[in-house]
Amino acid sequence: MNIPKDGKLLRIINSRFFSFTVTVILFVVLYIVGMINYEGFLNPQVFFNLLIDNAALIIATVGISFVLLTGGIDISIGAVVALTCMVTATLLEKYALPAGVVMFLGLLLGTSFGLVQGYLITEFNMQPFIVTLAGQFFARGLTAVISRDTINISNPTYKAIASARFYIFGDSFISAGAIIAIITLLIGSILLKYTRFGRSFYALGGSEISSNLMGLPTHRIKITSYMVCGFCSSLAGLVYSFVMLSGYPLHAIAMEMDAISSSVIGGTLLSGGVCYLPGTLLGVLIQGVIQTFITFDGTLSAWWTRIVMAALLCVFIVMQTLILQGKKNMIAKK
Amino acid sequence: MNQLKKITSNTLFLPFFSLAILLLFNAFYMPGFFHIEIIEGQFFGRIIDILNRSSILIILSLGMTLVIATGGIDISQGSVMAISSAVCCYLIGGDGGGKAEVPLVIAIIGALFVCAICGAWNGFLVSKLKIQAMVATLILLTAGRGIAMLVTSGQNITVYYKPFAYLAGTIPGSALPTTIFIAAGMTLLLYIILKKTALGLFIESIGINANASRYAGIPVLKIVFLCYIFSGICAGIAGILDASLIRAADPNNAGMNMEMDAILSVALGGTLLSGGRFYLGGSIIGAITIQTLTTTLYALGVSSEQLPVYKAIVVILICLLQSERFHKTISRFTGSSTDGRKTGDVIAKEGGDVA
Repeated sequence: MNIPKDGKLLRIINSRFFSFTVTVILFVVLYIVGMINYEGFLNPQVFFNLLIDNAALIIATVGISFVLLTGGIDISIGAVVALTCMVTATLLEKYALPAGVVMFLGLLLGTSFGLVQGYLITEFNMQPFIVTLAGQFFARGLTAVISRDTINISNPTYKAIASARFYIFGDSFISAGAIIAIITLLIGSILLKYTRFGRSFYALGGSEISSNLMGLPTHRIKITSYMVCGFCSSLAGLVYSFVMLSGYPLHAIAMEMDAISSSVIGGTLLSGGVCYLPGTLLGVLIQGVIQTFITFDGTLSAWWTRIVMAALLCVFIVMQTLILQGKKNMIAKK
Repeated sequence: MNQLKKITSNTLFLPFFSLAILLLFNAFYMPGFFHIEIIEGQFFGRIIDILNRSSILIILSLGMTLVIATGGIDISQGSVMAISSAVCCYLIGGDGGGKAEVPLVIAIIGALFVCAICGAWNGFLVSKLKIQAMVATLILLTAGRGIAMLVTSGQNITVYYKPFAYLAGTIPGSALPTTIFIAAGMTLLLYIILKKTALGLFIESIGINANASRYAGIPVLKIVFLCYIFSGICAGIAGILDASLIRAADPNNAGMNMEMDAILSVALGGTLLSGGRFYLGGSIIGAITIQTLTTTLYALGVSSEQLPVYKAIVVILICLLQSERFHKTISRFTGSSTDGRKTGDVIAKEGGDVA
């Protein structure tokens, strides 16, 4: 590896926040380019729209980061989001339950879904990919079993939450969903950084044997990570239903892949043990900025979003790998 | 008794067993399930249908088995299928008069070439840059459908050229659908290559311990690279067959979630997703099992959107039966086993997984 031996640059590259810094710089550069090219970008509302449009994805990304951190994977997220939308819509419309109860049941559903998946994975040593793939099939299919058509939500509380605007400065506002997303991200970051509970996830992701020998309850931590992910998925489902105001079997298809790529761009390693939650927020926002670019431009087709996202993903992954290998080489030399 | 134990402990027992149960169920509940009739020199019947439909999945799972055996995974297969169908249909062209712009063979070779490049890209990222397979192939999964859209300029290309439809249908005069021949041919070829040369052994040894294999002198990088190219080509062939089935390139839906089904067939066939020992025959049985399950459920009147619920339950059941811990739990309940060193075993086992 051609990493310069010169101390200063090395220290910068080796810093824990290097990946995060690059992500921030990239986001700022993208945004400035947008401001120069399109006048509309100057409106602060454009930035807040990023948060509003991607609220559900931000929450889902927080959830999957917990699982990725322990070295697992959960590809049932999109399906659980759809299932939560469908279940809440059905409970609200067909059974006319109060909104608060429905939301509680929705969150309970996601959490228990995660619990079952986590239990199967840890207790029977089954492969996370296969178990959560089956979970994806199950949740998506169950959504269609409940109803194959769209169920619109007409509950007044839901409608009030959906149309609520919180003005920040001047005419700019954010939605209730965006606020929930930010709060989730904050709680997640604080948990991971400052609590014993959060640190145990890092330990488990770093090395399962070591944490086992250290006396950490590895099984319980693993199951908890899937429960957190399930909880976040259903919370994302609630936020998604605030936007869509409906339940439909094809909601949020492939959201898990968007969540994984956002998390990776934000600096999470899929091998576990490395994750910085504020970075994952930027992963989502970068994705959002590219989409905004394409909407503003008007001549580019929507599929360019996917190609550009993939290219970015590629750049970030290669960068992380090179950094990691450089570090390994250094340790070997010492 | 010993004989029985020997048979049930065989890894291929479970895939065969679950397929047999499915077929048995069908034999009782679907009158005429095994009935095959010959109309104008062609075979017709449910079994032929299932074989025909599972052929695409079999081809995909061949590539997936090898990639998984090296300890990787290829989740871009579905997107590569979309690229391949787009390139093939673009080359043939959507001429309403039924003429092809380039000969069919060239179109197929062109599409397969593009898919081989896609596979090489995945292989480069995984073997050379040492990126985790799941992340590396995620890139192409994200970009693939976009690329396919670029090729077709965002439209579905309908092909009116007759011979193109023969690929997934039947060539006039042939008794069986062409896909069955293609799948069988590829399986046979791969089987011979793997068994007559040391390649199969090399792949398994890489999956078990890539470092040790390198020290033993196995060209690890080259073999992993080749496995991903092969997976790309398999996805390419599957994509062309898929396009031929509907006589059109549909970048949005071609091969949607097919990679998941391919991974499932491999897992059902007894190959561990962590790599190492692989079972080509098991993967094929797994693919046929998935298709039989699908056909059976359709026949029972389950809609295509609701189908995944049953699929999920069957997958979990089969994987539970394959899990060693599940066996231990069962034997703890029946009290036939004395398993005092459980914790030690767990640590040793997980240690192996991590390393």
